[in-house]
Amino acid sequence: MSVILNYGFMRNALMAGVLVSLACGMIGTLVVLKRMVFISGGVAHAAYGGVGLAFYFGVNPVLGAISFSLIASFLMGYVQRQTHQRQDTLIGVMWAIGMAIGIIFTDLTPGYKADLMSYLFGSILAVTRTDLWLMLGVNVLIITMVVLFYKELQATAFDETFARVRNLPVDLLYVILVAMIGLAVVILMRLVGLIMIIALLTVPAAIGSLFLKHMKHIMWLATGLSLVFTTGGLILSFFLNLTSGATIILLSGITYLIAMVIHKFCRNCPD
Amino acid sequence: MQNNPSGNQPLVEITHLYAGYNGETVLDDISLNLEDGDFIGLIGPNGGGKTTLLKVILGLLPPKKGLVRLMGQSPQQGRSQVGYVPQFAVFDTDFPIIVHDVVRMGRLSVKHLFKPYSKEDDTIVDEQLEKVDMLKHKDRSLRELSGGQRQRVYIARALATEPKILLLDEPTISVDFEARTHIYDLLKEINQQGVTILLVSHDLNVISTYVKTIGCLNRQLHYHGEKEVTPEMLQIGYNCPVDLIAHGLPHRVLANHERGHQ
Repeated sequence: MSVILNYGFMRNALMAGVLVSLACGMIGTLVVLKRMVFISGGVAHAAYGGVGLAFYFGVNPVLGAISFSLIASFLMGYVQRQTHQRQDTLIGVMWAIGMAIGIIFTDLTPGYKADLMSYLFGSILAVTRTDLWLMLGVNVLIITMVVLFYKELQATAFDETFARVRNLPVDLLYVILVAMIGLAVVILMRLVGLIMIIALLTVPAAIGSLFLKHMKHIMWLATGLSLVFTTGGLILSFFLNLTSGATIILLSGITYLIAMVIHKFCRNCPD
Repeated sequence: MQNNPSGNQPLVEITHLYAGYNGETVLDDISLNLEDGDFIGLIGPNGGGKTTLLKVILGLLPPKKGLVRLMGQSPQQGRSQVGYVPQFAVFDTDFPIIVHDVVRMGRLSVKHLFKPYSKEDDTIVDEQLEKVDMLKHKDRSLRELSGGQRQRVYIARALATEPKILLLDEPTISVDFEARTHIYDLLKEINQQGVTILLVSHDLNVISTYVKTIGCLNRQLHYHGEKEVTPEMLQIGYNCPVDLIAHGLPHRVLANHERGHQ
């Protein structure tokens, strides 16, 4: 075990795991309860457009990812708010366009680009000091927002119409949430990769909501589970020489299946 | 802007209201006043505009034409004094939350932003839960409850806003007969305690024995403060549900119903 900690990149990766877990547990719970899984997947994929563009112009890809992911979250959030028609189609199209932009600009960029794969699939070698600071910053922001607006976020997730009738700032809360999803995507990107973010964002919270009846408790359990999945996945991927993102996701996916089976057959579950 | 808090201003004042979605008109020239102490039940077929009417009253859907005032204010301002019980089916029945926390949402408002719930909030929540006979279930998960119990929780949540008016959208949909009676008894009691009630339903059979006055809504509104369903009302809402048959209404209605498309 201590072998692992001798490697600087492993220390960074494990630290990143701790940092993303909090964001993941909180935002993931809101995403699951508010049924915004599809949007989150869309935002994550569209963010690749920013990575490709930044790569082409020689800027830090994380900056590209942040701007694209925020733009995508606002656009998709706006589309989902429109009651009329075809929200899912439009979100799906934006999802693909974002990716396509990323790939085209990668093509146009001369030279070595293997590094780009790490944005898609995650890499334990990828987490830098700067990334860690970014993660810390995003975490502070997310925790502040959730703590400040906890009861309102819960109310809008449960029954938005009622919250609106109470004259709560429903639309503002939605924008805040969507922006937080965008930021969560960026910090999860390095560890699990854009393609698989959707799983790490949703699985821990989904397991929590099977067994618990307080949103707060689900957030804590989801944070704990994310921590187990990221740390466990990283260690496994290190020893088995596998892609970190995929290992983390498989670990969480299997846990989710087991949790569902337990939930189905357990008659005296705490809930 | 007519602002006279004194005098006999109706709680809800709707004049020549037209509303709908896109090009389609769902509400066609509706006028209705809700006075203090009223208990009005509006019946009508699905798609007859019942939910749309509630949405307009609550300021969730802007009218195409006409005027809606809540206690002399715009719907957006006045709705803070309206307790709303939405249609059951709208909810995510799998949402992990306990009964007490649902009812406590009734205490939320702009004033409560950045402030935790107070002791007083919890007291009010308990009182309302007691009123709907759900206090003993306050720590249970909402998803464990029956349809009728859940409906009573939503009524408690609406009451926790300490409303002047209670608006209910199909309060007894997917609720068994016994629970239905229980809910209507409860509403009657709430009304007697001074809360004005407007409910919409397609459940004519039961509501006619509980509400003070009844009307029929099918694009147009037929309401003259009657206590009973009149044949004229049924002409407007002729494809009201089959429950009518049991009510011993003229055979003509049944014939119309068969020709109707349901």
